Amino acid sequence: MNEIITTLSNPRIQQQILEQAKEHLMISFSAVLLAILIAVPLGIFLTRCERLANPVMTVVGLLQTIPSIALLAFMIPLLGIGWRPALAALFLYALLPILRNTYAGIRSVDRGVLEAGRGMGMTPLQLLFLVELPMSFRVIMNGIRVSTVSIIGWATLAAFVGAGGLGDTILSGFALVSTGLILAGGIPVTLMALLADFLLGRLEKAVTPRGLAI
Amino acid sequence: MVRFEHVSKVYADGTRAVKDLNLEVQRGELICLIGPSGCGKTTTLKMVNRLHEPTSGKITVNGKDIMEMNPVELRRSIGYVIQQIGLFPHMTIAQNVELVPRLLGWDKERRRKRVDELLPLVGLDPDRYRNKYPRELSGGQQQRVGVIRALAAEPDLILMDEPFGALDPITRETLQDELKRIQRQLKVTIMFVTHDMNEALKLADRIVVMKDGEIHQIGTPEEILRHPKDEFVAQFIGRDRLMPAPEMVSVAEVMIRKPVTVYPDHGLAKAIATMKAQRVNSLLVVDEGGRLLGMVTPEELNGVGRGTVSDVMRRDIPTVLPTDRVQKAFRQMVQKHLDLLPVVDEQGLLVGLVTHTTLVDALARAVWRDDAVSSWTAGEAS
Repeated sequence: MNEIITTLSNPRIQQQILEQAKEHLMISFSAVLLAILIAVPLGIFLTRCERLANPVMTVVGLLQTIPSIALLAFMIPLLGIGWRPALAALFLYALLPILRNTYAGIRSVDRGVLEAGRGMGMTPLQLLFLVELPMSFRVIMNGIRVSTVSIIGWATLAAFVGAGGLGDTILSGFALVSTGLILAGGIPVTLMALLADFLLGRLEKAVTPRGLAI
Repeated sequence: MVRFEHVSKVYADGTRAVKDLNLEVQRGELICLIGPSGCGKTTTLKMVNRLHEPTSGKITVNGKDIMEMNPVELRRSIGYVIQQIGLFPHMTIAQNVELVPRLLGWDKERRRKRVDELLPLVGLDPDRYRNKYPRELSGGQQQRVGVIRALAAEPDLILMDEPFGALDPITRETLQDELKRIQRQLKVTIMFVTHDMNEALKLADRIVVMKDGEIHQIGTPEEILRHPKDEFVAQFIGRDRLMPAPEMVSVAEVMIRKPVTVYPDHGLAKAIATMKAQRVNSLLVVDEGGRLLGMVTPEELNGVGRGTVSDVMRRDIPTVLPTDRVQKAFRQMVQKHLDLLPVVDEQGLLVGLVTHTTLVDALARAVWRDDAVSSWTAGEAS
């Protein structure tokens, strides 16, 4: 216990944690952002091209089943060491929840509403932006939230490929058998994940159109 | 207004939904397409705004071939109401109603004015409902909004696909009344798909009965009711509602079947007692075999003290045959100033009685249809 407190109150370690937290967030958010940019349009595209939906979902689902450490390792021969392989692996992980929710969200838009929109003379683009996206926004946001929370956790492993982040401190903790260091890295990661979950939950509520709020 | 020329529709799976359809919808009329599911009525409707495209043939709206028009512009110029209502749940009532005007680029002020003049048309107070969301409204109110949304951009043609099908019967009736009123008021042309013959009879100027992708019969509600083309149409209308032309109704169909009778050897006091007990003002005299002998009314009984019915009864009274037309009975009663007319078959047996009430009832039935009359009777009984 004493050791933990000394470790956590060491200003040098505090400084280091702050730096790593920044790196950690950067890499997590970049991965999620990249995943949103790819998965949302892809999800929309799949609703327009149902035949491809199943194969694509299966492939993306398979990526999810590869153990994270293994996926990171696979990236090294391709992208070398540093933030690149970490970002690539985390991006692949972040894809599925966003893709799945975008696809499911748009698919779940009431058929009657779509027919009304089409029958009233909306172009496909108007239908997408005025009806389908607003109506599935909450489901898509939910996918983004799930992705963000798990990516913040998984980003800890990025330290293995030299991408930095709070994983570094945790790894040092392992090497030095220091519970203090492990906690010094682990607690901020947990807090960041919880905070992201809370904030994105609030955002989700805030952007849900009033007519759709539960 | 809308013209179908040899229009056919074959779906990708080979289903021939509509076969060589020819139809001309007049300006300002409300035309109902009716038929069992799968008869092609909805397909026919949806070809007008190109939600389905005809495989062959030509459809013109206001003289213009719809296949040469931009589908999006075509749809914006035609109102569209569907059974699922299809209000946008994330938009307010006002935003829903002004959607097509917005797509057409009307300015904000004009849209707001339009919403405020449309909502009262279906009895919704703009101040109260403008900013509500669809889910805050009842099903009936939602479809009212659905109807005025279709009217928003002032189209002269509106397509309605079973718009009231999902509503409860009372709400449905009210909305039908409102629709009919609005249609008369605004003089819009409406193509209305339904599978409910009551609805078609109530709303339509003309009814198109469809079967297997073809027009089976077309006519005014009156024509369809009086002269259903065949058993299929008759069944669709419903046997009990089927209204034989009044000139075809026989006496047997309207007569009272069990008139109050006495035997000729009954005493007069007993005859008077029977009249009082049965609350009738005349008695038909029959023998044991049921043959009509004559009739007694208070006129004959008045002042006569003793004797039997046979002493005072009127003989040789006018009668009609059960197979006679109702008009004949009517004419006889009017010409001879009769209160009642016994119905006697070829063998002279009494089978029934026609009174003023019977005839009024038969007339009412011919004028207002069966169900109306029976509902009054039911109402009086309760």
